[in-house]
Amino acid sequence: MTTSDAHRAIEAVWRIESAKLIAALTRLVRDVGLAEDLAQDALVAALERWPESGVPDNPGAWLMAAAKRRAIDLMRHGAMQERKRPVLGHELETQLESAVPDLDAAIDDPVGDDLLRLVFMTCHPVLSREARLALTLRLLGGLTTEEIARAFLTPEPTVAQRIVRAKRTLAEARVPFEVPRGAELSMRLSSVLEVIYLVFNEGYSATAGDDWVRPALCEEAQRLARIVAGLLPDEPEVHGLVALLEIQASRLRARVGPAGEPVLLLDQDRARWDHLLIHRGLAALDRATALVAARGGALGPYTLQAAIAACHARARTAAETDWVRIVALYDGLAELTASPVVELNRAVAVAMAFGPAAGLELVDELAAEPVLKGYHLLPSVRGDLLAKLGRHAEARAELERAAALTRNARERELLLSRAAACARQAIGVVR
Amino acid sequence: MRVMVIVKADEKSEAGVMHTTEQLADMGKFNEELVKAGVMLAGEGLHPSSRGVRVQFSGGKRTVIDGPFTESKELIAGFWLWQVRSMDEAIEWLKRAPFEDTAVEIRPVFEAEDFGTEFTPELREQEDRLRAEVAARQAAQA
Repeated sequence: MTTSDAHRAIEAVWRIESAKLIAALTRLVRDVGLAEDLAQDALVAALERWPESGVPDNPGAWLMAAAKRRAIDLMRHGAMQERKRPVLGHELETQLESAVPDLDAAIDDPVGDDLLRLVFMTCHPVLSREARLALTLRLLGGLTTEEIARAFLTPEPTVAQRIVRAKRTLAEARVPFEVPRGAELSMRLSSVLEVIYLVFNEGYSATAGDDWVRPALCEEAQRLARIVAGLLPDEPEVHGLVALLEIQASRLRARVGPAGEPVLLLDQDRARWDHLLIHRGLAALDRATALVAARGGALGPYTLQAAIAACHARARTAAETDWVRIVALYDGLAELTASPVVELNRAVAVAMAFGPAAGLELVDELAAEPVLKGYHLLPSVRGDLLAKLGRHAEARAELERAAALTRNARERELLLSRAAACARQAIGVVR
Repeated sequence: MRVMVIVKADEKSEAGVMHTTEQLADMGKFNEELVKAGVMLAGEGLHPSSRGVRVQFSGGKRTVIDGPFTESKELIAGFWLWQVRSMDEAIEWLKRAPFEDTAVEIRPVFEAEDFGTEFTPELREQEDRLRAEVAARQAAQA
């Protein structure tokens, strides 16, 4: 095995094992920052040893053993007291010593309890949204700081700082390493789902820069969602989120044209949709709705959005889309979220189901919403509806306004080309 | 990225020898790991080639040949479709699979980008037609 082969293998093992390793260590040392340091030390040990010895048969247990040896060493040298960690040295030593015989069990974590506790920790509301995203990708996704920085087009030191501060915040706030129960569970779970959805959206529609999509982030989010669904199989909204992500991801290759330009949903070539992901998404949606039916109550926001996405996925052609059902689903979603952005989407569905004039009426009611001020999709939708009503000069102005507001270069091009088309139409009408 | 993991046939799989309860339990556990990690997209085991057919194309002529087929090393007994970050990750996962005496192959699935300039608009269109047909067939079966 050459050194670079070994390094690539170690990197792959790290991606597979690091979350479980950090989760198990956090349970033992009660400090996620220290747990990550110990795991990193184990990684360094692997980088020293494995190129010669080869990857061991059970690499996860090897890393766990190395991390624990390191913890015990640190403690004996009193280094840990200096770090002023919340756990007292002696107590920790006892815990570690008693944990050594069941090393394999510790890393196995068959029910995934530790992993789930770690998920709730990295998505804790005490952290800022950016901090939650970075920490989740780092500790659960096993991404390096550099990879996270590249994915979010943020300077690496900024991301590194964010992660350091997040770990400090968790320690200072004494956030317990546990799965919340009862009423707190649903509140905390929605924070977890939000983090995963934000990661996906960052990949699906890059908010800034030249790339319209960054598929790697979408894949990370899909994997995280599937992992959480496996850990909380009875929570309908987790399956709702899985369904939403799988169905949206099924359109990834259809929503970019040959020159890298965005292709909108109704113009997409449905043959290019990924039918394996659609199939998986519809199955997850069925699980979500079955759980809600068994439990009683209404569909949650992710399940409703997945149901809307499923309406599109089931339509063989754009013309076959069941817009009336989509409007009904948006009614439910609007009631749940009271979000002007959802209302805007609902207006689009109403326009498709009942004509552009009905849609425009709703959009005009939203124009005064402070939340939508500066939101490029408001003028973009309005421009679209005006164009459909033949009011091309007004449509052009709205599309140009939308182009000025978007931060995505590809999207700007698309909006400007539509504005130009409206301008040509307007002249045609005048003649 | 996606990879297809191809489990090669051997004399036992071709003879239709069923797995022991223990083997099935081990494989079940491995599959569960893959699902829990969000890696597994699909996976199936295949009947022996005695239940398969081949369609031989020579020029305009099509000949249907019934199985079994003899060159068992070239046959496959099952497959997975995994979503992984790299070939290295796929290798590390596969090393954990509970196989004893067999060869298992990992092949990256083509993404449209992999075709580069060879993948002309005409080819792309042809590919899209093919996908449409597959989708239509799947929808008809559903």
